Amino acid sequence: MEPYKNHTSTAALMNRSNVDTDQIIPKQFLKRVERSGFGAHLFHDWRFNDDGSDNPDFELNKAEFQSATILVTGDNFGCGSSREHAPWAIADYGFNTIISSSYADIFYNNCFKNGILPIRATQEQLRLIAEEIDAHEGCSLTINLEMQTVETPLGNNFAFELDPFRKENLLHGLDDIGLTMKQTDKIDEYEQKHRRLYPWLWT
Amino acid sequence: MKKTMYEKIWDSHLVCEAAGQAPLLYVDRHLMHEVTSPQAFEGLRNANRKIRNPHSILATMDHCVPTKNRELPIADPIAKKQIETMADNCRENGLNLYDIKNPNNGVIHIVVPEHGFVHPGMITVCGDSHTATHGAFGALAFGIGTSEVEHVMATQTLPQTKSKTMLVKVNGKLPKYSSAKDIVLAVIGKIGTAGGTGHVIEFAGEAVMDLTMEGRMTLCNMAIEGGARAGLVMPDEKTYEYLKGREFTPSGSEWDTALVYWKTLPSDEDAEFDTVVTLTADDIAPQVTWGTSPEQVAPVSGTVPSPENFNDEGKRQACISALNYMDLKPKTKITDIPVNLVFLGSCTNGRIEDFRIAAEITKSHKVADGVTAIAVPGSYKVKEQAEQEGLDQILIDAGWEWRDPGCSMCLAMNGDELTPGQRSASTSNRNFEGRQGKGGRTHLVSPAMAAAAATAGHFVDIRNL
Repeated sequence: MEPYKNHTSTAALMNRSNVDTDQIIPKQFLKRVERSGFGAHLFHDWRFNDDGSDNPDFELNKAEFQSATILVTGDNFGCGSSREHAPWAIADYGFNTIISSSYADIFYNNCFKNGILPIRATQEQLRLIAEEIDAHEGCSLTINLEMQTVETPLGNNFAFELDPFRKENLLHGLDDIGLTMKQTDKIDEYEQKHRRLYPWLWT
Repeated sequence: MKKTMYEKIWDSHLVCEAAGQAPLLYVDRHLMHEVTSPQAFEGLRNANRKIRNPHSILATMDHCVPTKNRELPIADPIAKKQIETMADNCRENGLNLYDIKNPNNGVIHIVVPEHGFVHPGMITVCGDSHTATHGAFGALAFGIGTSEVEHVMATQTLPQTKSKTMLVKVNGKLPKYSSAKDIVLAVIGKIGTAGGTGHVIEFAGEAVMDLTMEGRMTLCNMAIEGGARAGLVMPDEKTYEYLKGREFTPSGSEWDTALVYWKTLPSDEDAEFDTVVTLTADDIAPQVTWGTSPEQVAPVSGTVPSPENFNDEGKRQACISALNYMDLKPKTKITDIPVNLVFLGSCTNGRIEDFRIAAEITKSHKVADGVTAIAVPGSYKVKEQAEQEGLDQILIDAGWEWRDPGCSMCLAMNGDELTPGQRSASTSNRNFEGRQGKGGRTHLVSPAMAAAAATAGHFVDIRNL
């Protein structure tokens, strides 16, 4: 995984609540056996008309959002299924940061495995940022992961909270499995105890 | 210290808590299906890693599989490849797979309990959010992403952060014709789809303990629709009775040892929960969702709400957008909403008792003109049992289609889907936009309500039948 870098970028605003994983990546695209290529289908049913042309009314199709790496969106983002195809599609499309007031648990976990920083803002912080993006075409935000801050041109700045373990992994692009495998002795030890206590699970 | 069931399971599975790292939990059971696993196997291969405990895995094929003409090759080449990849991966790694032709095949969350693969007190994971189903047995069961599937295969553990606990207590007796599905829809209507976020829900109270194991599975299955990672019901005599004698259940002296352990699992009296929600079962009428989120739900005797009914701006906007997508007008009586398609099945309601109640409601009636009704058993075992009881014949005689098992129209990956504008009464778990087909409109209901809608061509208050 690539380490997460501090950066300044245009932020795309999709002011909707309860955006579910079926919207992020509809089920007809879940049959691929690879991790790549999902960005082309991100928000497919909203993004494209029936004839395959771009839907001009869909937020992310606005010209000023085309190079955005930051997605600003409403409450409970990523609810629904556990499909990691959702963060794969988001990352493949070009977003590495999401700002919302809340996320569904599984989606939130999945983001960190794919180099995406899901920032939790308060409802008020989110409202101010959304208003600023809405009023200023091409509005850029600056994300600093080390300092855990978001800065905006109008100064609607805020600091966000983040689990230190997850932050460390994002900053260094660390592989979770490799980290856990350093604990193999502990897992072996636990398993011996497990076999003794719950023998019926091992027969 | 008094502990909740969740805390007991957490503590007994804690492998280590290294400084600066998330606590590492041991995973007892790992369930798999074809959609969320291929990239995990590929990752494992690329890193030259092996599966640590192949015996902890049970795999099936369910999401992409056709529910009719199973003898023919799968027409969709991408689905076919996914199915073949699953078979190859399981063969290479020596995993127990109930493939499409296996008599044990079915939807993962139906098949696993049938074989007694998950027991009280276990940590069970699967790349599928409805893994919460197995909480019905007092197991901590939750959905994970594909990277975590790979992590569990390689290490048999997962780094986890501790959830908060929520007690949902359903007191009293459930009225006739209200079911576990109606309880859980009423709970979601009350707490909202994000109400359980960051929590594990323990369901308790007289009405919950009165449910059959199948009912408890329906209840825990939809904990995720309330935002919770997992749902739990404490194990009791019904749990032990259900498990006894199944393929992966302990026997002889091991059964006795297991039973002693299982009886230590229920939450201690006076254990503290972070949040407590109380409902009275006697007040729970059959529920029907009217919108595009499971929290947008009303009793069958009610009406479609108006945006003005919501004080919260977000919920008001969501109501406007849902009414638009669903093509419904405020104040429409729920019983005046027509349906074109009825889907009976899924990991929520694809078990034998779901087909029993549907057949009871359907008996000596016909499916209404212009309605297509599809019954998809959750597994071949459910199908066989229903056929032995003659339930298939009752449904077929009424004009229902009787299919082979699979996830089918719950998420419409296998070709079973709504066409734009079609409206379904569905016993599945999600009414999201496009979930059952682009432009399709889904109303979530219980099996009894679905069967009654098939006969009437619109929703009916089954309490008046």
